[in-house]
Amino acid sequence: MSHRILIVDDEPNIVISLEYLMKKEGFEIAVATDGDAALRLASEFRPDLILLDVMMPKKSGFEVCESLRANPALVDVKIIMLTAKGRETEVTKGLALGANAYITKPFSTKDLVVQIKSLLE
Amino acid sequence: MKAKFRFILAAGVLGLLMTGPFALTALLLCADAKDAERAAFAEFLLPRLPLGGLMTLLGFIGGVILLRSLFQQYVHGLLRMAETLRLMLGANRNFRVAPEGPPEIRELARAANDLAQQRDELLNDVEAQIGQAKATVEEEKNRLAALMSELALGVVVCNLDGRILLYNSRARLQFKALAQGPTSMSGGALIGLGRSIFSILERGQITHSLENIQQRLRRGSAEPTANFITSTRNGALLRCQMAPVLGRAETTKEEGVVTPIGADLQVTGYVLTIENITRNFEREAERDQALQALTDGNRAALGNIRAAVETLIDSPEMEADYRARFMRVIADEAAAMSGKLESTMSRFADSLKTRWPLEDVLAVDILAAAARRIEDKLQLPIKHESQDASLWMRVDSFALIQAITFLASRLQDHYEIRELRLRLATEGKMVFVDLIWSGTTVSSETLYTWELEPMNVGAETSPLTLRDVIDRHGGEIWYQREKAAHRAFFRIVLPAAATPDAAVIDQAQHLHSDSRPEYYDFDLFAARDAAGSGIDPERKLTELTYSVFDTETTGLQPSEGDEIIQLGAVRIVNNRLLRQEIFDQLVDPGIPLKPEGIPIHGITEAMVNGQPRLDVVLPAFHEFCAETVLVAHNAAFDMRFFQLKEDSLGVRFTQPVLDTLLLSAVIHPNQESHRLESIAERLGINVIGRHTALGDAFVTGEVFLKMIPLLADMGIVTLRQALDAAQKTYFARVKY
Repeated sequence: MSHRILIVDDEPNIVISLEYLMKKEGFEIAVATDGDAALRLASEFRPDLILLDVMMPKKSGFEVCESLRANPALVDVKIIMLTAKGRETEVTKGLALGANAYITKPFSTKDLVVQIKSLLE
Repeated sequence: MKAKFRFILAAGVLGLLMTGPFALTALLLCADAKDAERAAFAEFLLPRLPLGGLMTLLGFIGGVILLRSLFQQYVHGLLRMAETLRLMLGANRNFRVAPEGPPEIRELARAANDLAQQRDELLNDVEAQIGQAKATVEEEKNRLAALMSELALGVVVCNLDGRILLYNSRARLQFKALAQGPTSMSGGALIGLGRSIFSILERGQITHSLENIQQRLRRGSAEPTANFITSTRNGALLRCQMAPVLGRAETTKEEGVVTPIGADLQVTGYVLTIENITRNFEREAERDQALQALTDGNRAALGNIRAAVETLIDSPEMEADYRARFMRVIADEAAAMSGKLESTMSRFADSLKTRWPLEDVLAVDILAAAARRIEDKLQLPIKHESQDASLWMRVDSFALIQAITFLASRLQDHYEIRELRLRLATEGKMVFVDLIWSGTTVSSETLYTWELEPMNVGAETSPLTLRDVIDRHGGEIWYQREKAAHRAFFRIVLPAAATPDAAVIDQAQHLHSDSRPEYYDFDLFAARDAAGSGIDPERKLTELTYSVFDTETTGLQPSEGDEIIQLGAVRIVNNRLLRQEIFDQLVDPGIPLKPEGIPIHGITEAMVNGQPRLDVVLPAFHEFCAETVLVAHNAAFDMRFFQLKEDSLGVRFTQPVLDTLLLSAVIHPNQESHRLESIAERLGINVIGRHTALGDAFVTGEVFLKMIPLLADMGIVTLRQALDAAQKTYFARVKY
């Protein structure tokens, strides 16, 4: 059975690539464009992995990550944070708040796929 | 009074002398004579008694007149002469006794003048020699002053009480630019010798920097200085560097502040160099934004392009319309990136390099200081756990300690924690500062709201938010739980600093090196505040700071609508009239000037038009006079004007007031005139620029300075004694 991936990003120009890439790898995809939608879809869509952008309107990726980790039903979901801020302190914060991996934009699509697969194994 | 008494006594004696012998003779004859002789004698004498009595009376009147003239000439003349001799002795050496009155008195006056002449020659000789010796010292001081005034940096020297001992013109200009209120107001109303630096800079910041310096001195640091940035009341940013002034330990019993360092050297004060970096900082913030826009702003766009390109390359089988959408993404993002690059580069071009001064400090020092502050301010017990004593970090220590204190106070207020633990850890190039507490959990949302609030703790306010402090350090903060231990903590991540090489040099060598500049030898450092900074009436007149002032008014009747049109004042600090620390302001009275007043004060309608009103000037003047004794000539008159405005302007002058008119009457009760000109002349003061408020304030100030030793001769040494003496004369004068 194929894994489910939830893409959370408010920028359509990155969503298009991520969506295409994940479909090509044979994953089932859902897209959320803000933090609230992400939390709703996390319960409804039941993803195995979430690609989570940090900079979003209303709720930041950090907040979404904390909420996800606070929900016992979602303990096993993997989280990869994607961010356009490359500071070391932010990476540390993301990991401390429960993200499994932290990827800085721009990133190599190959590396992203490798990272996703290794997390889902 | 005494003289008058003696005069009456002398007249009485004269009366007795003239009538006594006759009466006695008559009594003796009477007692000796027989009855018939006595009757014949009486018969002969009684009708002639009125004539005899008249003659005696005439003689007595003549005698009294003679006595009075002798008294005038000798007793009063000598008294007056004694006063003028005392003047020559003290205040005015060039004064000479006018030879008047009877020849003997004139001879005495001439002899006294000759003596004075001889003394003057001797004194001049001594003074010339002292002057020569002093000149060398003066020259050195002047060289220092010249050096300081040339500096492009503002320099202020303070003692440990924060009293300003020395400042240069640059500092004065900088603070003048910061002063609020009407622009012509006294040059830099807040800066002045003897004034408190805390009216300009935050006390907490100064104290903190001093503590830092003392810690460094104890560790034997080669550079025991501290840097900080502070914002003033009107939002300007000042960058300050503090360097300690070390002096020989005097046997003072100071609390806490003074820490002995090495061989009886201790911090006796500090030098502050001050630079206004408001403009620079704005540029810097702009530059940061530009950099941010260039890096973080382009990451997302570049990420989008890269993902799209790589997808395109890896998917040769992609359908045409999908391919077109990918191409459009690339084109759009590339165009957006070019535009952003263009605009940031143009803004970046004129930005200058300035930074918040982050200092390399030992992390444990910061935690120790924070713990002290929290225990002090919040009475919250602090425990330290697993602190790596070798960790250095690069921080603005004052802001960071403020942030830690702020978090502690919030935890205490909202979650009633009983104890806070501080922990230090490190990872890579980062230092973790953890604030740990047990029990109550906090939500991350709470921390998010706290991050955006100004960091106010109790009465202490800060313009910065926690987020500002974190961003300034390029740090992060978050909330985390240690479930197993039932604890939670806030973690602040800060950049680590490289451990400095052995910058520690021989402390003794540093402290005793010959390179220590000589100009720290100003004796002003010894001046310490008595308990508190209020005005203690038991302090000596020579130790107090004064504001000598004068007003010009539209007329002499404040209660009938006359108004102040000019206020002038000058400060006296350490027995010196500071001619550069002045208050000089014309005031628009809001009513027409009286034509008869104009020739006296020389102020015309045109001069007061457009000047600030008293409601602006009086509060500024009140601030100028803060913590000083007021001095004025005929002060009651000026104070009446102030008192009538007290309620409407909300400005109350509660400090003691000394009146040179009353003090003059205390010193020279036998002189007829106590007008300012007469006193100035008596005391040998050149009067120039009279009848402007500031000119009169100068004269009054000089008169007052000459009076202090004369009062001391009379046993009037403290402020209270002077106030009492003045009040007595005041009542004495009112009775007459």
